[in-house]
Amino acid sequence: MQSTEINRPREPQQQPAMHQWFETLRLPLLTLTGALALTSLALLSTGVSPLQAYRILLFGAFSSPGRSSDMIMLAAPLLLCATGLILTFRTGLYNLGVEGQLALGAVAAMLPLRLLPDLPAPLLWTLCFACAATGGALWALLAAGLRLYAGVSEIFAGLGLNFLASGLALYLVLGPWRRSGSASMSGTELLPRDLWLPTINTLRLAPLAPIIAIAALAIVWWVVRRTRWGLELRAVGLNPGAADRLGVPAHRRIAQAMAACGFLAGMAGAIQILGVFHQLIPNISSGVGLLGLLVALLVRADPRWVLPVSVVFASFTVGSVQLPLALGVDSSIAGVLQGALVLFALLARGLLARPG
Amino acid sequence: MQVSVHNLSKSFGSVRANDRLTLRFEAGKIHGVLGENGAGKSTLMKLVAGFLRPDEGVIRFDGRDAALRGPGDALRAGVGMIHQDPLDLPAFTALENLLCATPRSAIASWAEGRRLLVELAGRLGFTVEPEMPVARLSIGQRQQLEIIRLLARGARVLILDEPTTGITAEQTRALFAALRQLAAAGNTVLFVSHKLEEVAALCDTVCVLRAGRLVGEQMGMPVPQAVLLGLMFDTAVAAVRGAEAPPAGDGGTLEPPVTRPVAGEVVWRLEGVTAREGAVTLRNLNLEVPAGRVLGLAGLDGSGQQLLLRLLAGHARPDTGRVLVGSTDLTGAGSRAYRAAGIEYLPADRLAEGVIGALSLSDHFALQQTGRLVDRRQAERAAREAIAAYGIKATPVTPINALSGGNQQRAMLALVPPRCRGLACEQPTRGLDVASARTIWHSLLARRADGCAIVFASADLDELIEYSDEVLVFFAGQISPPLPRAQLSVARLGELIGGVGFAEGGTT
Repeated sequence: MQSTEINRPREPQQQPAMHQWFETLRLPLLTLTGALALTSLALLSTGVSPLQAYRILLFGAFSSPGRSSDMIMLAAPLLLCATGLILTFRTGLYNLGVEGQLALGAVAAMLPLRLLPDLPAPLLWTLCFACAATGGALWALLAAGLRLYAGVSEIFAGLGLNFLASGLALYLVLGPWRRSGSASMSGTELLPRDLWLPTINTLRLAPLAPIIAIAALAIVWWVVRRTRWGLELRAVGLNPGAADRLGVPAHRRIAQAMAACGFLAGMAGAIQILGVFHQLIPNISSGVGLLGLLVALLVRADPRWVLPVSVVFASFTVGSVQLPLALGVDSSIAGVLQGALVLFALLARGLLARPG
Repeated sequence: MQVSVHNLSKSFGSVRANDRLTLRFEAGKIHGVLGENGAGKSTLMKLVAGFLRPDEGVIRFDGRDAALRGPGDALRAGVGMIHQDPLDLPAFTALENLLCATPRSAIASWAEGRRLLVELAGRLGFTVEPEMPVARLSIGQRQQLEIIRLLARGARVLILDEPTTGITAEQTRALFAALRQLAAAGNTVLFVSHKLEEVAALCDTVCVLRAGRLVGEQMGMPVPQAVLLGLMFDTAVAAVRGAEAPPAGDGGTLEPPVTRPVAGEVVWRLEGVTAREGAVTLRNLNLEVPAGRVLGLAGLDGSGQQLLLRLLAGHARPDTGRVLVGSTDLTGAGSRAYRAAGIEYLPADRLAEGVIGALSLSDHFALQQTGRLVDRRQAERAAREAIAAYGIKATPVTPINALSGGNQQRAMLALVPPRCRGLACEQPTRGLDVASARTIWHSLLARRADGCAIVFASADLDELIEYSDEVLVFFAGQISPPLPRAQLSVARLGELIGGVGFAEGGTT
């Protein structure tokens, strides 16, 4: 199951300049054409003009400051997850458990909020992020342990742990942490206003969230480009056996990459609690982890493209919210477009990589 | 059915595995196909059985051209091959395996399948039974099941590739009896082996391949062993070559002066080691490799040399006995501890286990650095120095998988740290041309001059004789006493590799 084909870069062959231009443009062109064709087909089949739908998907998120804020508050945890996944992808791991790592981070972030609500807010937030990151990292280490010591692929370990984490969140929402009076699926009691991450004016935009996410990306970018640890992750991802022979502790690097990814996913969970929902809800991850996987797959764990693609994906999702009102189509068409992009990127890579 | 090939050629990359072979195998006989490792036996058999497609030439069954697009075509024509590693589904029982590999037209029902299996097994003296789960069968029994499956599908030509590797003496006897019976019934049997005594005991005719060419055509058995060995290993040529070469090494252009480092220091010491891997078992092995010694391991693939190399580098662990590096007991330690003690392992499959194909030489040197940050400049400098010192045709940033095999091997050697005191190399010059092989040995001997002990396995007898101080010959897990270089000849080595002189019944 340990396929590393996807994040393995194809080394360009020496070829004339003209040809090279074509080579580099071929992949994005094929991907875009394919994804747009498939999505248009889906739209046409429901009788909607694709052009209008694309206009809303692309620009809807920028049509008002409120929507832009929503987009940024979605992009921030998405960016954190995708950034963490850069590390696991490079190590040849498919960390499908990122979703559960985010949820567990969110649960862990609730602990200081419930136990020590009287601390000054900045200290409390710091504690929240620390707990969330630790929780996410430990949850990821569980998956890594299953992979390394029990021979369970990290894909299945992650999937199983996702169910456990969301089950735990649901249990807490309906059980010990239920709202005073009535238990409700809608979530725990809202946090007091002064514990929400500070926002700009009345917008939902909490600047701390994108700042943390971008800082994390910068650090990971530097780590994979500059440090020996980052190079070793890539070596393990490409060929664990040879890396081991060359003196890289492959098992330890696998565990560390998973833990680092869980750490960042946990931080994303803290953002969901402190900056987005202001409470623990059963579906606290709201698919951000899985969307992060799509981003990481699409950019092949290249840190250069993680930020722009995260923003584009977040604006698709936020823009799509207007689709039901404006055109009467379901907002899930954003998911279709995101999925189709990744699918066609993989397909195009596969086709172009074929010899002959 | 008569099988014939005409002008058959097949190349893999630059290697001509089969070079214009023309051969004819008559029906009702057992035909031995002999040759050392890499002579092209398996390629020829895979071509006939449809697993490979020839570059040139034709294959004829009973005189009719057969254009085989796959093993299915060959089997429909009546040709079936039994591989060294059985191709079956271990989770199924023997009967289920038989049924799922056979179309309904051949076996209509479970009852019929069971009857057929029991009947064929009984007739051929096989011990495989319908309800046995394949995972619990021995290799010999899985082979029996394969033979039954092919016969049930109507095979009239059976190809067996090294069938006696890893099966018991009892099963070998049963197999031979069954093959004789099948041949007597008019079937054609092609028996690929390197074991001279088995070929002598079983085959009606024998042909010999060497380096992809046919060197001995359809000789009726018995043929004297010396003749066969001569054909397999080209002893005549080797003897001449040996006479021309001055004793100090040929030409002396590349070889560094043979300076003996201070004797006495022992790099490796094995005490009563027993270890098992796959079908091979090494028993009660005692071995001492002093610094500056080159120890060659001869034998056919999978006779135990690889296991010994892996033991020496901590990639395999002994069941009993002790492994010492210097004076430190490293029994049961991992490869990391061996590396820390100065032992390096160079695997035969460079891209699978040796180096990381997508990374460049300078990346590899960066991996060897000790700082937290990658010092690109230092890594590139190290790569540039290695490129100059080892004559690697690459730039520091060329990905390793873009290099030729020889350059990859040099890169792997260049990455061996200077403090290395023991090198375990598996086939250090496999697939390399003569010039590349010489440069590889030049660097290996330079290491030896620094006091490094070298243990290497090779299929090339000339290489073994030219560079080893001593040679150990492996035959099915048994090991000869160390043979000093002075006592070696290609003919003697060939005999030992073919199992002559080893006690019988060592295969388990």
